[in-house]
Amino acid sequence: MPEPAAKPEARENFILQTPQQVASTEAGMHTLAVPAAGFDPSADAYGLTGEAKGQFRIVVGRFFHQRLAMIGLSVFVLLGVASVLVGHFWQYSYTDITNNLNDPPSWTNPFGTNAIGNDMFAQVMAGVEKDIEIALTVAAIATLIGVTIGAIAGFYRGWIDSVLMRFVDLVLVLPVLAVLILLSSKLAKQSSNWLGLALIIGLLSWTYVARLVRADFLSLRERDFIEASRALGATNRRIIVKHMLPNAVGPIIVNATLTVALSIILESTLSFLGLGVQPPNVSLGLLVDQGQSSATTEWWLFVFPVVFLIILILSIFLIGDGLREAFDPKKSRVRA
Amino acid sequence: MSDPVLEIQGLEVDFPTKDGVVHAVRGIDISLTQGEVLGVVGESGSGKSVTALATMGLLPKSADVRGSIRFQGRELLGLKEKDLAKMRGTGIAMIFQDPMTSLNPVYTVGWQITEAIQAHQDLNKEQAQARAIELLEMVGIPNPGERVSNYPHEFSGGMRQRAVIAIGMANDPEVILADEPTTALDVTVQAQVLGSLRTALSETGAALLLITHDLGVIAGLADRVLVMYAGRAVETGTAEDVFYRPSMPYTLGLLGSLPRLDSDGTERLRQIPGAPPSMLGDRVGCPFAPRCPLATDLCRETEPPLTVVPSVTSAPGEHRAACHYAEEVGRGDHGRVFSDGVIDNVIA
Repeated sequence: MPEPAAKPEARENFILQTPQQVASTEAGMHTLAVPAAGFDPSADAYGLTGEAKGQFRIVVGRFFHQRLAMIGLSVFVLLGVASVLVGHFWQYSYTDITNNLNDPPSWTNPFGTNAIGNDMFAQVMAGVEKDIEIALTVAAIATLIGVTIGAIAGFYRGWIDSVLMRFVDLVLVLPVLAVLILLSSKLAKQSSNWLGLALIIGLLSWTYVARLVRADFLSLRERDFIEASRALGATNRRIIVKHMLPNAVGPIIVNATLTVALSIILESTLSFLGLGVQPPNVSLGLLVDQGQSSATTEWWLFVFPVVFLIILILSIFLIGDGLREAFDPKKSRVRA
Repeated sequence: MSDPVLEIQGLEVDFPTKDGVVHAVRGIDISLTQGEVLGVVGESGSGKSVTALATMGLLPKSADVRGSIRFQGRELLGLKEKDLAKMRGTGIAMIFQDPMTSLNPVYTVGWQITEAIQAHQDLNKEQAQARAIELLEMVGIPNPGERVSNYPHEFSGGMRQRAVIAIGMANDPEVILADEPTTALDVTVQAQVLGSLRTALSETGAALLLITHDLGVIAGLADRVLVMYAGRAVETGTAEDVFYRPSMPYTLGLLGSLPRLDSDGTERLRQIPGAPPSMLGDRVGCPFAPRCPLATDLCRETEPPLTVVPSVTSAPGEHRAACHYAEEVGRGDHGRVFSDGVIDNVIA
């Protein structure tokens, strides 16, 4: 894969002095001393200029300079917006039953129709919407629980840490799929079960965040500025929430993004097994399950959900990768 | 003399380790009156920082702290964490050694000052922000109105330390503990930071406990000096007493290891041979005896108490030293106690 062109290695300007770069180096040095306009604007994203700049802006700047991450973000936003718009404005709702049964893609039904006459375009987009809803709920639940438990364990250490981390181990050794199958079979009887499904997946996916945050807090709590804020009279809660959490926000956000992608995969797996989202609700996994039997004859019933599922998950992974890159302190030119 | 704001009596701090108990502080008495500057000197591991941390209640829970620490007559040892938190910042503020790491990298300097203000005072955001700018101006940050929204990485080391001082004085504390505030800085920057520290004292009227191993800093700022060695005070007194009539060989050694501007340049710097003793377990005799050229059998058998020695100022009884031969040392009977340094490049 070619290196994204939009990702400049500003560093090389100063280390590798090829003849044609000498001129630009001079300009670069100038920029280092005086925040002047006119230099490579991407240097700004790396915090090279002396302007006042918060961590947030630096990270956002670096994120926006990665082509793959931007593609991922665009695709994800596009899918999300499209799914909502289609739900509201498309001529068919995903529950509408038309007279066209098993029609191949056409102008009226771009993704064809299924055996009972549902418009597949409306169905796929409704599936995308439901998947995103579930995944965001899962990520929110998992992050909330994980951060709380990880922060408390890492900050207080001692027996609190031991108890919480053994609990994490306990949740971690549960075979996720088996538990999900067990629990969701109970839920399967209800029709609006997607929220319950999201809750279950969320309750099983927070362990990784918890370990991550705990590890971060264990090192953060030893930093001088934490002791300094304690010496200024900050209470434990204030130190955890205001002083330590913002320092751990990078890994938390990256992990939340990956949780979104992973929970879509989990949800699809469950729905494919018939234990996830139940009709009349749709999800991509459910559509794949319904379409698989006719994959060789009515291909549109199978191919469109699969393709959209892959695109959706891929776009989220690209965002996650981009965020990881953007938060990576080793990429930073700014000394903390 | 007015009542002391901070009074430490018989402070002892032990740390249990797997090799045995480390006696980090073995009986320290300190009393600070309002507006007074007490310099605490001593080499690494002499218990200076531990004393300061004990005062703030910031030692790890495993530490065994005994004695008495009274702030404005109120006993701090054994106080609940919640009450201690209220006292920190408003009553006693602490300035840490390394300004590179004692500011939170993800917040602007202004945020960190307003955070310190709002932790204790009921000010709204604008008022706190205005106060932050005022504080930055006091400690000599140029262009404080703009600098207030800078991040720590955009400040130089000296500016950071001045920002730390600004945070320390934000809540108008009665006592400021400064733990080696200039050690991590360039010599040229040290003077500016000391200037800021002086401003902080005059603005807040606070007493200062200045921990350092730089006698030059002490000479410039301190009213009284406490020399620590192996967890104990080995000499206390006014700055004049300690500098002009050092009565303990260790103090002599410290002074002799400094270059002097008033010497003719032919004198070599003198060094104290050996290393500070281990603080592990119990010890008999004067802790400095193994390194002391004047040590006798008496020194090796009994640890000398801190006793009153003659003073060069008019405040008799204030100058104390812990040495069996304090009188002789103070009179300078022994001439040069420490031999000329053998390491020439020390001077360079």
